[in-house]
Amino acid sequence: MAIWFTRSRTITYYLKRKMGFMGILNQDSCSNSYFESISSSSSSSSSSRIPDVKNSSISRYSSAFTFLVHRFKSTKTSGQLDQFYSSDDENSQALDFPGGKVAYISEMRFISESNDKRIPCYRLLDDNGELIEDSDIDQISKEVAVKMYSEMVTLQMMDTIFYEAQRQGRISFYVTSVGEEATNIASAAALAADDVVLPQYREPGVLLWRGFTLEEFANQCFGNKADYGKGRQMPIHYGSKKLNYFTVSSPIATQLPQAVGAAYSLKMDKKDACVVTYIGDGGTSEGDFHAALNFAAVMEAPVIFICRNNGWAISTHITEQFRSDGIAVKGQAYGIQSIRVDGNDALAVYRTIRAAREIAISEQRPILVEALTYRVGHHSTSDDSTKYRPADEIEYWKMARNPVNRFRKWVERNGWWSEKEESELRSSIRKQLLQAIQVAEKTEKPALGNLFSDVYDLPPSNLREQEKQLRETINRHPQDYPSDVPM
Amino acid sequence: MLGIIRQKAFAQSLQRIRPATSAWRGYSSAAKEMTVREALNSALDEEMSADPKVFLMGEEVGEYQGAYKISKGLLEKYGPERVLDTPITEAGFTGIGVGAAYYGLKPVVEFMTFNFSMQAIDHIINSAAKSNYMSAGQISVPIVFRGPNGAAAGVGAQHSHCYASWYASCPGLKVLAPYSSEDARGLLKAAIRHPDPVVFLEMSYYMVSHFLFQLKYLTPVFASYRKGQHEREGKDVTITAFSKMVGYALKAAEILAKEGISAEVINLRSIRPLDRPTINASVRKTNRLVTVEEGFPQHGVGAEICASVIEDSFGYLDAPVERIAGADVPMPYAANLERMAVPQVEDIARAAKRACYRSVPMAAV
Repeated sequence: MAIWFTRSRTITYYLKRKMGFMGILNQDSCSNSYFESISSSSSSSSSSRIPDVKNSSISRYSSAFTFLVHRFKSTKTSGQLDQFYSSDDENSQALDFPGGKVAYISEMRFISESNDKRIPCYRLLDDNGELIEDSDIDQISKEVAVKMYSEMVTLQMMDTIFYEAQRQGRISFYVTSVGEEATNIASAAALAADDVVLPQYREPGVLLWRGFTLEEFANQCFGNKADYGKGRQMPIHYGSKKLNYFTVSSPIATQLPQAVGAAYSLKMDKKDACVVTYIGDGGTSEGDFHAALNFAAVMEAPVIFICRNNGWAISTHITEQFRSDGIAVKGQAYGIQSIRVDGNDALAVYRTIRAAREIAISEQRPILVEALTYRVGHHSTSDDSTKYRPADEIEYWKMARNPVNRFRKWVERNGWWSEKEESELRSSIRKQLLQAIQVAEKTEKPALGNLFSDVYDLPPSNLREQEKQLRETINRHPQDYPSDVPM
Repeated sequence: MLGIIRQKAFAQSLQRIRPATSAWRGYSSAAKEMTVREALNSALDEEMSADPKVFLMGEEVGEYQGAYKISKGLLEKYGPERVLDTPITEAGFTGIGVGAAYYGLKPVVEFMTFNFSMQAIDHIINSAAKSNYMSAGQISVPIVFRGPNGAAAGVGAQHSHCYASWYASCPGLKVLAPYSSEDARGLLKAAIRHPDPVVFLEMSYYMVSHFLFQLKYLTPVFASYRKGQHEREGKDVTITAFSKMVGYALKAAEILAKEGISAEVINLRSIRPLDRPTINASVRKTNRLVTVEEGFPQHGVGAEICASVIEDSFGYLDAPVERIAGADVPMPYAANLERMAVPQVEDIARAAKRACYRSVPMAAV
């Protein structure tokens, strides 16, 4: 019997009578509660941004057709749709279809566009840095915790000082990761040195954890001759073969299918390592995201997709980016295990990535992790985010929901950190950073030959010719060329 | 292996003019016949067996034996780990191939036709081509993108586009376009072994028809993939072509010979890097040039050759360069219109005559 839906509210009435329905979005409570948790102080302004989805009329007067309902294999993760599913309605017959048996149902039902409840968010520390009771954590050691905290502070300070350097005109461009320190450092801490990382561009913390020095960061930003990139790339496009961190690439989401390819290579080599790749909420709209997840599942590649859902893609808010329940819900559509974690809780992120890595390597399958966080800084130094979001929303996340402070409280409570060490660390890092910038600024730029090398494995004749001509021209007209480019 | 050493030695040497019958290639006494399809298949087979890092990926390459049967028998021989049937996502599998190459494997990515590579062109240009440069040599991309290119017969605009000039304009890529079976075999082997990303443009047309060539030399690898090949010696006019148009140029040369014009036909083989020394040497000998290509005229391969010749051999030209290319319209489907939209043998012959100042009408009637 077909059910005609006119208003989403009335469905709940039918639900009580017909069992086994897939679940209906309770529009009001879901959307609003998320934004309330995001910004209690500016609830009015944020809720006005929510589009009116309450009155989507779902009247579908189609002629009778059999509604095929897929049975989802329940894994160790909770199958959300299973709970709405009852075996009472099924006929004893089933359709033998490629991929497995599919039960028939004689009642026409549309799967709702979203579930009753949003996917819950895994966290271990509350907002005050207190361990939540009953949390299933095996304690991390003091060394790891203190290192994590120190690197989070370093990342925070590096961002501040390099941002200032850009504003002073000393470097041309910079991208901060303010507000995402926990996601950066804690995920890096959970990985092994052999794990290959394909970053987006807001994860310098991973490099920092692995040992990239402040001098190396500065050299890349200044594009001097000590830059591993030989001055070829914009600032923040770091890369290090030694540290298994692939050079940052500007086009969005291209790193996702590439990560699957690298994971496939690891699989063929049978290495005890996985690939980890990062993407933002906006990047999941790219076609590459879909292709990568689909492929990773089909190829059974050991890759962890970490989505930093920080609420904004330059000026595009997540409500304008997708209409799904964030990104974690998309995993099941591809046959991938997924989890949502509090991206500002360093302990939870650490634990989650450790577990994800374990699954990815031992079971040779992909994992999707959605880390909820907030982009406190502007998108980049070319952006002024106060133009499209309220300043108090930024302030709230910067102060009340600051991941560095939160983790510090936990570390201090364990007796592993103190005010004295804090001020020592901060002044030491500051000195190092200023020194690194000064030195990098004065270092020579890359030599002229670097203009032509690495285009190919071996330089072709036309480039060798061009370099010769260029040098001859410079020799003839030295006054027309900058004096600080070494020949 | 000698081939590879010679290949490297070549890259070092500057502008040396190669004689037509090159003595440095290995000889085989038996003349063997092989279709282009078989040639590509044997090249893939041999490279996959020689190096376990080489693997093939694309739509229908496995179970279906290849959309055009180029990968026939490979799945059976090497298994599903090395011959991957992919879902329909060019962007997806090209990205995956690039990622695998970043890590150290040697993927051969097959596009059903290069028209579909448009959906993956960001990975080819922004990732594969530029990574070695942008990473300052830390990330090399030893990948081969191959597939049919250009017009087939009666497949319309979205299946007939020639992408030679698109890819050849991008630094970081190498672009090869074989003509004969020998070209196909040697160039594909060279491409797979090469550390740079290579775009390998096969002929669409041979997928439809049965191109049989004498395999003169059963060398494992061409000593230098970059050199153009003199398919025919001549002294009155130089005709450059690549891929299917080489066959047309040779037929035109036959017609011209009957009228007393001795045409020299050069099979480019490598579009990037373009073999400027060979082309220029030939023009300095004949003083006249006709460039032939199937693709669209604006910003095409012929335009680049013309510019190169004018830069290097202007004083030697006795006539303006004639450029023969496809019509500047999306390829129509109807057989009569399609015939008018691609260069025909008569067009090439007429152009050569114009270059030789014989009075000929311009219009393609």
